[in-house]
Amino acid sequence: MELYRLTITEVRDLLERKEVSARDVVNSVYQRIDAVEDKIKAFVTITRDEAMKMADEVQKRITLEKIQGTISILGIPLAIKDNLCTKGIRTTCSSKILYNFVPPYESTATSRLIEQGYVLIGKTNMDEFAMGSSTENSGFFTTKNPWDLERIPGGSSGGSAAASAADECIAAIGSDTGGSIRQPAALCGVVGLKPTYGRVSRFGLVAFASSLDQIGPITKNVRDSAILMNIISSHDPLDSTSASVPLPDFTAVLGRDIKGIRIGIPREYFIEGMDKEVEVSVKKAIKKLESLGAIPVEVSLPHTGYAVATYYVLATSEASSNLARYDGVKYGFRAGGKDLMDMYMNTRAQGFGPEVKRRIMLGTYALSSGYYEAYYKKAQQVRTLIKRDFEEVFKEVDVIVTPTSPTAAFKIGEKTADPLQMYLSDIFTISVNLAGVPGISIPCGFTSNNLPIGLQLIGRHFDEESILKVAYAYEQSTEWHKRRPDL
Amino acid sequence: MKYEAVIGLEVHAQLLTETKIFCGCSTKFGSEPNTQTCPICIGMPGVLPVLNKKALEFVIKTGLAMNCRISPYSRFARKNYFYPDLPKGYQISQYELPICEHGFIEIIVNGEMKKIGITRIHIEEDAGKNIHEGTGNYSFVDLNRTGVPLMEIVSEPDIRSPQEASEYMKKLRAILRYLGVCDGNMEQGSLRCDANVSIRPEGQKEYGTRTEVKNINSFKFVEKALEYEIKRQIKVLEEGGKVIQETRLWDSTKGITESMRGKEEAHDYRYFPEPDLVPMIVERKWIDEIKSSLPELPDVKRERFVSEYGLPEYDADLLTDEKPLADWYEEATASYSLSVSGPKIISNWVKGELTRLLNEESKTIEECPLRPEQLADMLRLIDKGTISGKIAKIVFEEMYKTGKDAEEIVKEKGLIQITDESAIEKAVDEVISKNPKEVARFKAGEEKLMGFFVGQVMKLTKGKANPQMVNELLKKKLS
Repeated sequence: MELYRLTITEVRDLLERKEVSARDVVNSVYQRIDAVEDKIKAFVTITRDEAMKMADEVQKRITLEKIQGTISILGIPLAIKDNLCTKGIRTTCSSKILYNFVPPYESTATSRLIEQGYVLIGKTNMDEFAMGSSTENSGFFTTKNPWDLERIPGGSSGGSAAASAADECIAAIGSDTGGSIRQPAALCGVVGLKPTYGRVSRFGLVAFASSLDQIGPITKNVRDSAILMNIISSHDPLDSTSASVPLPDFTAVLGRDIKGIRIGIPREYFIEGMDKEVEVSVKKAIKKLESLGAIPVEVSLPHTGYAVATYYVLATSEASSNLARYDGVKYGFRAGGKDLMDMYMNTRAQGFGPEVKRRIMLGTYALSSGYYEAYYKKAQQVRTLIKRDFEEVFKEVDVIVTPTSPTAAFKIGEKTADPLQMYLSDIFTISVNLAGVPGISIPCGFTSNNLPIGLQLIGRHFDEESILKVAYAYEQSTEWHKRRPDL
Repeated sequence: MKYEAVIGLEVHAQLLTETKIFCGCSTKFGSEPNTQTCPICIGMPGVLPVLNKKALEFVIKTGLAMNCRISPYSRFARKNYFYPDLPKGYQISQYELPICEHGFIEIIVNGEMKKIGITRIHIEEDAGKNIHEGTGNYSFVDLNRTGVPLMEIVSEPDIRSPQEASEYMKKLRAILRYLGVCDGNMEQGSLRCDANVSIRPEGQKEYGTRTEVKNINSFKFVEKALEYEIKRQIKVLEEGGKVIQETRLWDSTKGITESMRGKEEAHDYRYFPEPDLVPMIVERKWIDEIKSSLPELPDVKRERFVSEYGLPEYDADLLTDEKPLADWYEEATASYSLSVSGPKIISNWVKGELTRLLNEESKTIEECPLRPEQLADMLRLIDKGTISGKIAKIVFEEMYKTGKDAEEIVKEKGLIQITDESAIEKAVDEVISKNPKEVARFKAGEEKLMGFFVGQVMKLTKGKANPQMVNELLKKKLS
């Protein structure tokens, strides 16, 4: 049996019935990696030895304990984005500046996965410091889209999305600052969920933009995302911005009727320049939801047009400060120099890639004395307006439905020369981060060249349940999620 | 032309919390380099700060003691700059919305009370230390101090002389020590002071161009550094020049301030709200709780010492400078309540002999080997006539050095006062018979020789004779 093709639920059933061992599953996943990784290049670090040890340990637990209901992932092999710190295992953020960094601590999200017995398969490639939409900004190499190896997998969690789509893991964890989970999930034909800001502890997630970053699952179906959400969500004393809110069982809503649920269609999200095939698929998906009993309502998010500009001021400002610690003094890469200033300049000039430098410069500029009011402060004000847009709309509807990305996966190199074009691939996902609300991307069709298209569902603050419920209902009535790339 | 100085002080005070401001590391001073660090305070990737609530409590305490308004809503900001002792590349500090604002403290200058405004008090983290000496071609960084909580106390430009600045610093230090929030040690750097100084012709309202004087690292330099800087600015103006806005470093060995960087080279710190920490919401109830737990502060204690013990202002001021000294004084006074003049007598002993002995060993009152009751017991021996006031000084020093009680020392050393008239008379007679020339001169009217005779008698009796009786007997015999 090709165990690597399975979902969390399916693998768990087999483990529970003792039809397979944790080692069998891990071995199967590594066989798959051996077969396709050369083509995909999803991983920065493959942790085979650690995974075998972890598998043997959880096997003992599987034998000893009865698997506990819905939240268990005992023995499930997961791929982790390389910006989540893993104790004793190199964590690079796909940056030369951290090429040798081994954290002496574990992120809270992965700690919780460890407690539940997951097996770490490897650390996945990404755009350097999560800055990008294609993994082309990785300091090491570009990950390929499993559906078309000449195309990008999306980003920045491109490695996690490609690994999931190529069955190089059972599921994966990514992070999302402006669309970095949802956009690659859409472009690789898998499910990706960005939780509400504050739902998942950011402790141990290498910061890009602190007020926007969230960790979330990338999975082969909606149920697996709900299962992982049950584990990674927490109020963490180590993260002051993690929320102290009740934690539901996210799987409980799956399969519930969506009859009468109001779905908002924001007119600002169906724009000129959007790919026709994407538009058609998304509109069909809305019809499908309607046929399942949902009530479509046209709504308006009037400040949508300012989202990209607002995001690129705020995210870069925070990044310029967050990335100041990579100075060659304490850890990571250090270039020589004749004095301190020289060492700083050489280290950062050689250690960071061009996109990271571009964003550090943008952010430094936006925070500079004399420009702060016009840029950072103004952007904060617009952010408040964007947040209010959502609050208003959510008075009328339960879930907002949009395309995840304006196009399907583009060709490698197609947009690298034009950063603005690249930034626009997150045009539909960015507002969600600015507002702090949850969003999920699920497969909703394919282009004529067999490239996946994603549907985005956006929910109220701390209402991941509604988007999971609608996403599950849609998924169960379609076959898109069952399609796998031919590799 | 006569000039007036305008001075505002920025004081950094290390808070005496057990642990650092954003992590659980110890704040102990003087450990091996980098032994009190963790991924959080050394700024590793992905770690997050969590506020130590005790540090916030200490700042609120200080704000209340300095008559500030405590903000119900305040937030942290990042101050961005590169330096090896700053591992994150930014310091978590406050910019807009500090915890405390609009306060004041009172100082006494030339017998007059003056209010010095407190603009703001905010909370921030300390940086580490770069080590350049004895390290060959490299510099090293010690991050033990990184993340130790600091509070920055900014005064209004209300200070008009180096003397006022010094009084302000003394009062501020006393308050911090009374509250137990900072040990106030400028030499060890737990209390640091930067000064903004400008001058203007007397009577002029507009401020002159100011300079910032840094590195005033000892109490004794506060006045010296400011005096120098004011003189320097006056000289610049009188020579027809202009004071340049700049940062200057005080060099204590040369006794001068030197230019460090000009306005053009001033950092742009790119302050922005710290996104990793939620705003601090301080509830009224908590402020009230902290307020009710405040100790009696130096000013109130000083006034009470005047009214309750009848002490002169000068004594009260000295005794209330340090809370432990005031406590020592009050305990001694409480166990010696025999006479109305008791409090003043004890004050004299504390200011005089006790302070002298402590200073000789550079000990603080907390390290004083003498218990307050021991002083009271000794004073009772004087009252009973067992020892004279003169002998008491010897007894006191002996008590201080050995820890023994006064009575024991008096017995051991045979210091009991001679009050037996016949014994004293014998000594007086001996002195008179041995010094016929002096007797003759005395009788001829040279009355100041009385002191000589008393001295001789005391010498003969090894200081133990009751001085009053010696005086009376001498007068009788020589007249």
